[in-house]
Amino acid sequence: MADNTYYDPKDLRKFGKITEWNEELGTKFFDYYGKVFEEGALTAREKSLIALAVSHVVKCPYCIDAYTKDGLEKGITKEEMMEAVHVGAAIESGATLVHGVQMMNKYDKLSM
Amino acid sequence: MQTKSLKKQNKELADAQRQLEILSNGIFSDKELPTFAKKIEETGQFPLRPKKLEILQINLGYMCNQVCEHCHVDAGPDRKEIMTKETMLQCLEVIKNTNATTLDLTGGAPEMNPNFRWFVNEASKAGIKDFIVRSNLTIIRANKKYYDLPEFFKKYNIHVVSSMPHWTRGKTDKQRGSGVFDKSIKALQDLNAQGYGLPNSKLKLDLVYNPSGAFLPGDQVSMERDFKNALLEDFGIQFHNLFTITNLPVSRFLDYLIASDNYEDYMYSLVDAYNPSAVENVMCTNTISVSWDGYLYDCDFNQMLKLKVASSVKHISEYNEEVLNNRTIIISQHCYGCTAGAGSSCQGTVIPTEAGIS
Repeated sequence: MADNTYYDPKDLRKFGKITEWNEELGTKFFDYYGKVFEEGALTAREKSLIALAVSHVVKCPYCIDAYTKDGLEKGITKEEMMEAVHVGAAIESGATLVHGVQMMNKYDKLSM
Repeated sequence: MQTKSLKKQNKELADAQRQLEILSNGIFSDKELPTFAKKIEETGQFPLRPKKLEILQINLGYMCNQVCEHCHVDAGPDRKEIMTKETMLQCLEVIKNTNATTLDLTGGAPEMNPNFRWFVNEASKAGIKDFIVRSNLTIIRANKKYYDLPEFFKKYNIHVVSSMPHWTRGKTDKQRGSGVFDKSIKALQDLNAQGYGLPNSKLKLDLVYNPSGAFLPGDQVSMERDFKNALLEDFGIQFHNLFTITNLPVSRFLDYLIASDNYEDYMYSLVDAYNPSAVENVMCTNTISVSWDGYLYDCDFNQMLKLKVASSVKHISEYNEEVLNNRTIIISQHCYGCTAGAGSSCQGTVIPTEAGIS
């Protein structure tokens, strides 16, 4: 906090330290996290792109740094990365716009 | 894109001593990160000692037709360090008597040494099992006098190991220079035409991938699958294995890391990915590296950092395998590059990769 900022890129390196204050839950989380990203029905590459899209939707700067780098490591191209971000953005904006139906319903109900 | 070596530009990092200072200062001097010696000591692997010698790697010179941004050799057209025929004759004496089963010629572009073909012809007479030439591919298309290199390699049953940073033009040209991708593709097609890299062919063609930036290579098996699919589908190209190699913070890559403000993060990535199992098989334990002027090193990276072997035998003219095998391997923080993840060597990863773990 020395620089009066909530996000410091260097804090990502310390992520593992959350285990120090609660070893059981921290360890369970990291075990789960590691398992999720292993090759399964989806490839590690596909999971990396999903993670990148979600990182943008939840607006997590640490996650965006981590999964941009992860994508580079997996040979994912910038075109693929940007398309993934648009998928996240489309769902997010769709989620906003679909509420427009609620607004229309309410409008109609209240109007003569 | 650079066109001159750091040496030609008189850059600070052309000096090996300065590079070693950087690698020992900052995050490593204030104990923010453990030194490599400290790290391998924790797992009882210090000091690092050689095992059975398997690979004799000879650097025929630092001259190259390319000036790649990540090059740890700081190679380029302006480098004049070229192995003489006299030193080659000393190497040939060693090649005839060595217990090593692999002879590995590298550079620069080894083909640019004026005595390259003569040397290959002479060295092949020793009958070493695996005779590798590390070719950057574009040299094959650089000048008419090199067009017949695929046939030449075939004649001597050379195992060709070639660099290919990506299966797309953009990424390749960014790392290695404009036009490199198209020339590399043509060279690979020429090699395929000679039978290199085809399934079941004895003419071995392997590709080397190293990341085009401040990140580590992904899983070798997955990368090989992606490379094979893309090169076959787009260009009808086939090859045998893909070796993923980690860029070590040496020379031009170190210069890039510092200039792009990625140095600390990169070193953190390497240290975080430290794998004690990789130390067991790290390439300096089975390799001797010979420089263009005949001096001996634990590996090609130590050669560029001017860290000669810690042995009474320091030059090819006084070569003695038994004495050399009793040495201790010289290490510094660049060594983290060979022990990250599944490890890294001139033959790719050093332990089998676990699916999905990057």
